[in-house]
Amino acid sequence: MAPSPHRAGRVVRVEPAGHRGVTIVSDIRLSARPGQFVMLWVPRADEKPFSLVADNPLTLAVVPVGPVTGRLQQLQPGDPLYVRGPLGRGFSLDGQRPLLVAGGSGAAPLAFLASRLAAAGREVTVALGARSAGELLLVERYQAAAARLWITTEDGSAGERGLVVSVAERLLANGGCDRVYACGPVPMLERVAALCREYGVPGEASYEAYMRCGIGVCGSCDRGDGLLVCRDGPVFDL
Amino acid sequence: MRDVGLSVELCGVRLRTPFVLAAGVLGTTAALLERVARRGAGAVTAKSCSVRPRRGHPNPTVLPWEGGLINAVGLANPGAAAMVAILADTRRRLAPLGVPLIASVFAEEAGGFGEVVRILEEAEPDFYEVNISCPNVAEELGLPFAADPVQAARATAAVRAATRRPVIVKLSPNVADICAVGRAVVDAGADALAAINTLGPGMLIDIRARTPVLANRVGGLSGPAVRPVAVRCVYDLSRAVAVPIIGMGGVTTGEDAVEMIMAGATAVGVGSAFYQRGMGVLEAMAAEIRAFMQEQGFGCVSEMRGLAHGA
Repeated sequence: MAPSPHRAGRVVRVEPAGHRGVTIVSDIRLSARPGQFVMLWVPRADEKPFSLVADNPLTLAVVPVGPVTGRLQQLQPGDPLYVRGPLGRGFSLDGQRPLLVAGGSGAAPLAFLASRLAAAGREVTVALGARSAGELLLVERYQAAAARLWITTEDGSAGERGLVVSVAERLLANGGCDRVYACGPVPMLERVAALCREYGVPGEASYEAYMRCGIGVCGSCDRGDGLLVCRDGPVFDL
Repeated sequence: MRDVGLSVELCGVRLRTPFVLAAGVLGTTAALLERVARRGAGAVTAKSCSVRPRRGHPNPTVLPWEGGLINAVGLANPGAAAMVAILADTRRRLAPLGVPLIASVFAEEAGGFGEVVRILEEAEPDFYEVNISCPNVAEELGLPFAADPVQAARATAAVRAATRRPVIVKLSPNVADICAVGRAVVDAGADALAAINTLGPGMLIDIRARTPVLANRVGGLSGPAVRPVAVRCVYDLSRAVAVPIIGMGGVTTGEDAVEMIMAGATAVGVGSAFYQRGMGVLEAMAAEIRAFMQEQGFGCVSEMRGLAHGA
């Protein structure tokens, strides 16, 4: 082990992600499962968890939510990047005819899963939703990986007007899907879990939480039931 | 084959196993404390709490290195009033399991320890642990109370005056003479000692970022690298005081626990090992300690206590 637990690399490319976010492509090569995360360290500022959009090269999506993510928005090609991971439990790759349900920034880990499943020859169906067109993330990556892509926005500024779970329900009612993968706000995940029970389809969801250690000791990310998002998850069976 | 029992008695309270969840690890919520209790703990310690809430240090606060962990969480806690609710909920969940609860308390000045305890009394914890030894708030608060026998005794006496429940005082290894501190807190009313808190503080520098990695720059060391220091402290303390000792510091396997018990510990704290071995660590350690006891012909844990001191 090096003196520091972080791996160092550099930003190779910064692409816009929606109106306010960025996708950061680095030169760091990891081997990870979709759904796993890294702790991204900004020296002298903070260290926060980010889901992987891709592992090789490491790619992250950053939407501005606070001072640190604001600084990450400013990264330029050649800037250093420090990460610890991959950490946590990722998604299974068991879906033969998978349905991916992504809400808001939940698009990040599922974009990784979509490309991994497509590379394994699976026919991937995606329901991708956000509040508005400007908050839709990683659409091009989904277009490349998905056999079918449904887009929804709450304000109707792109795709169908409404909630992504409504599309998910329609797709489940039509049948033909054998596993659901979800990531998004907790109320969305609860509705997806209810749909999985109703249609008898197994589901997995990636949760978000405030984290400190990322390795299962500090107890900051109890999901509410004693399960640790950082180590028991972030992916849990629904 | 002799049947081996793992239960021990600490200050008149029965623990199903000698394993105590150490403060600062997984002790933030009632659900987590219950989960650790269900997975083999003899007692569990909640996160150290102060009268007022503390945000703690920015991240990174906990990092792995080759010898274990380094941390400077900075005593983040929701404050005593919120902790009362967590402790009371935890007590309800632990009651059917027969696992006692240790409330850990911390204050900015020695006399303030009594105030935290008076607030927490409502939750009726089974023990108090007096955390006089956190090394990670020195910049804010100066040296830990555990660095000075007089300050350590003052904090202990403040807790002693506020409760009739058993009081455990957690000592720091970062002193010239841990036995002097141990004797001082026992004289001030401690019913038991816990040793050791984290070692150091230490520092990790990222040589590419050219800066210390922990946001607090320095942090306490725990895990396998500190175990020999912990064993020496427990060995020395058990000769210096007559009260029971919870031995902790890098204990990762059942055989490590036996080592601590032979040094003189009555019970054994486990913390960083949850990083190395996960949630099943205490069950695995219980199997390992049983296997050792069967191999060596011990029937109960207390038969092993202090054996390293000879006849």
